[in-house]
Amino acid sequence: MENVVGKPVPRVEDARLLMGQGKYIDDIGTPPNTAHIAIVRSAYPHASIQSIQIEKALEVPGVKGIITGKDVVQYLNPFSVGVSAPVKYYPIAVDKVRYVGEPVAVVIAKNRYIAEDAAELVKVKYETLEAIVDIEKSMEDDAPLLHENVGSNIANHRSFHYGDAHSAFKNADRIIKHTFNFPKYSATPVETYGIIAQYESSSDQYTINANFHGPFVIQAVMAGALKIPSNRLRIIVPKDIGGSYGIKAGTFPYMVLCAIASRIAGCPVKWIEDRQEHLSASSSGTDRVTYIEAAVQEDGKVLGLKMKMIDNVGAYIRAPEPACLYRTHANTTGAYDIPNLMVDGYIVMTNKLPTGLIRGYGGQELYFPLERIMQMIAHELQLDPADVIRRNLIKTEKFPYHTASGGIYDSGDYEKGFELALATGKYTEFREKQEKARKEGKIFGVGLACIVEPSGSNMGYITIALTPEERAASLPKSGCAEAATISMDPMGNVNVRISTTPSGQGHETVAAQIVADVLQIPREQINVVAELDTATSAWSIASGSYSSRFASLGSSAVYYAAHKVKEKILKIAAHHLQTKEDDLVIESAIIRSKSDPSKKYSMKRAAGSAHWNPLSLPDGMQPGIYETYYYTATIAEPPDENDLINSSITYGFVADMVTVEIDPETAEVKILDYFTIHDAGKLLNPLIVDGQIYGGLVHGLGGALYEELAYDDKGQFLTGSFMDYLCPTAPEIPNITIKHIETPSPVTPLGAKGLGEGNTMSAPVAIANAVSDALTPYNIMIDSLPLSPTKIWQLLQSSKVKTT
Amino acid sequence: MGTHSIKLTINGKHYVEEVESRILLSDFIRENCGLTGTHVGCEHGVCGACTVIVNGTAVRSCLMFAVQTDGEEIQTVEGLSQDGELTPLQQNFKECHGLQCGFCTPGILMSAQDYLAKNPEPSTQELKEMLSGHLCRCTGYDGILKAIQKTVDENKQLALTEGS
Repeated sequence: MENVVGKPVPRVEDARLLMGQGKYIDDIGTPPNTAHIAIVRSAYPHASIQSIQIEKALEVPGVKGIITGKDVVQYLNPFSVGVSAPVKYYPIAVDKVRYVGEPVAVVIAKNRYIAEDAAELVKVKYETLEAIVDIEKSMEDDAPLLHENVGSNIANHRSFHYGDAHSAFKNADRIIKHTFNFPKYSATPVETYGIIAQYESSSDQYTINANFHGPFVIQAVMAGALKIPSNRLRIIVPKDIGGSYGIKAGTFPYMVLCAIASRIAGCPVKWIEDRQEHLSASSSGTDRVTYIEAAVQEDGKVLGLKMKMIDNVGAYIRAPEPACLYRTHANTTGAYDIPNLMVDGYIVMTNKLPTGLIRGYGGQELYFPLERIMQMIAHELQLDPADVIRRNLIKTEKFPYHTASGGIYDSGDYEKGFELALATGKYTEFREKQEKARKEGKIFGVGLACIVEPSGSNMGYITIALTPEERAASLPKSGCAEAATISMDPMGNVNVRISTTPSGQGHETVAAQIVADVLQIPREQINVVAELDTATSAWSIASGSYSSRFASLGSSAVYYAAHKVKEKILKIAAHHLQTKEDDLVIESAIIRSKSDPSKKYSMKRAAGSAHWNPLSLPDGMQPGIYETYYYTATIAEPPDENDLINSSITYGFVADMVTVEIDPETAEVKILDYFTIHDAGKLLNPLIVDGQIYGGLVHGLGGALYEELAYDDKGQFLTGSFMDYLCPTAPEIPNITIKHIETPSPVTPLGAKGLGEGNTMSAPVAIANAVSDALTPYNIMIDSLPLSPTKIWQLLQSSKVKTT
Repeated sequence: MGTHSIKLTINGKHYVEEVESRILLSDFIRENCGLTGTHVGCEHGVCGACTVIVNGTAVRSCLMFAVQTDGEEIQTVEGLSQDGELTPLQQNFKECHGLQCGFCTPGILMSAQDYLAKNPEPSTQELKEMLSGHLCRCTGYDGILKAIQKTVDENKQLALTEGS
């Protein structure tokens, strides 16, 4: 039987999704007495709650109850947070509101229409307070304060020094620096949040169905907030999730809110978020200000970097934040060999929607200043940007490469990848074309970006937010464990249970491919179950779908679990055939002896023996075939006393070249061509791989050109519909060319690395570099996003050089 | 709230239901009729996930009331394939990886089905413009365009073969 790992086989998920038989959260059945929820939300960014009048709303026929923060708080602890600042975050406002959209009251009614009718009759009296949304102003002493008990809007601050940055900056020919602003944007899956929650008083247990996909460390956070033992919070994730891109990790405050609503109302409750709620009050990416300084030699070699990064986590810091700042800590110096590094990291809270995971998480915020400064270095030294990148890329012979901040880049050939990008995009020819176009009054530009794509997060990295002394006071965290269970039923058919909560990434397909290869059975015969149930699945604190961890970790758990099954099957066969296990080979579901081909035994019979005739098994062997494997990579150690941390397991590489033309009349940026080269180790399914890359790239394109969760300077939210929050649609997509090189990872058994987030990290800066390059004759320097026609137009108008 | 009695056909099956005048067609299809293949993504007519075919025209079921479809004939995604066999369009979505999470897919299938019935030989640009009424955040639209283009090409080939 031909192996299928590495082949572009179509997906097993597709048939049900194409026929309307997907089972998303809003499609699964509810108990007969389920009530529906509508949430009354704050219209103000910052205000104290004076009173909430619910009497009129309670009179609406069909209303079962209305609850406010004061009713809820008695059942809850604040959510625990990953920093030492005593921020009290509840899923509903208690005394004051801190962002537009924050829940204030919950209406529980017979159906959603009635709940919404009644929600309109709830009258909340506020006393407005001055709001703050500007990152740097929020740090000033006289800034409006969000959390009085914290005493400052700064939730966390840490400084790091690796190598000898002082000498690097002293010995440099030049210091090149700039300040960059990365915007707040989102991911907007087409399916919004959805929850069914049920409280059972007899066992004091909450059961919650939700399209929440982890990380499952948040299960413990939720149980802590609900004041119950963690095994009294059962979370069931449906097999189909309608997209997430990280955003649905933020579902958890609403899971807790619905859980309490069910308890108070005395019936199961269901809540499906609407689009305005999703945009204003679900979760989002993190906006960041970065002050970056590079110590450089005249030849473009970077000797050291200083970065002051200030992340705005919105009104409350909530798990897994401040991870946006630290997920990329090991790869802060990107694809470059820069041994000297200083990082000054701040987390601030302002009157905006709280943040969380989003595709690329931390990568786009990191690479925007890093890759922009590389281009600035070239500009200031009058070098070709491609040469500056070449001078600094990590050399192929240096792998595995140890980064300044503790990362271990497992494998790669960055020089080959980058040269392939330039050759594919015909870089030199484009430069000639650009020169000619400029003479004709056209505005052409080319942008480059080289980035390292981390995948499979180390559970220990978030503790870098604490000082070594603070960390020493609690138990260390490490690893990146993921589990899979494979069973064979009495008829020899295979079920695979995974805990990686996919939301469209095709985990069922790839798991079936892996098991098919290991057990040598057709993948069509393998049933993969992706529902996760914290009461019955094998899962770990790290489980879930984030940090592109399936290809590196989930697949490894499946691979080793399949090997456990294979081992048992071979033991049974060897026992019956009176031979040794290493004499046996599986071919098309038949086990044969290599030394005596007449000796054979079917897989079906081996499995059957384990169920029907356990007394025939080798001595001491357990009946049945049901094997679970928990996998972790051993290189995921806790941070050490010098704050060195290998924050991810595998590190892929992406080299982008993008060409743009800007219309001088409308200031619209048109992408002419986008070339992207990926090295994600061994590819498990190239069809799915390219699908992930297209999706990630277009999300990055949205971040570069269209998407922003915009607030005015008083904190009012401006982008509450898809008419205001612009997502890329089909006509906006440029020509995209994807190429791969495959440098296998030595860390994972299949040689695979995670992917799918790389271009979300690289595209915003690659496009910004192209636009900046295009506008060089006008002395325009891009340092913020998105690059809307309005923004470019204003820059062109204020430019001193005429646009003729 | 007053109710109305409506009679309509969905995927060839007759439905007689009492509905409030304010019930959206999308909610009616999902909740009253149990056809959960039609998805709701924005409820303001932008994302296109809820698209169904009413009397031969693709419409957003979140922008219509159920009462407006009294006497009408509706097709939803559940009505595309017959006896578990995918239609050529559905099959091409599978082969070209035109879906990932699959949430936007039913709406896109319904729009494409309606569009191709009326425009058998569209250009790529026309297909992109047709698709601009749908949001997909997984695929970057590449697999979707390839799947629809492949269907167009196959239909053309079929027409040639039948004509010769």
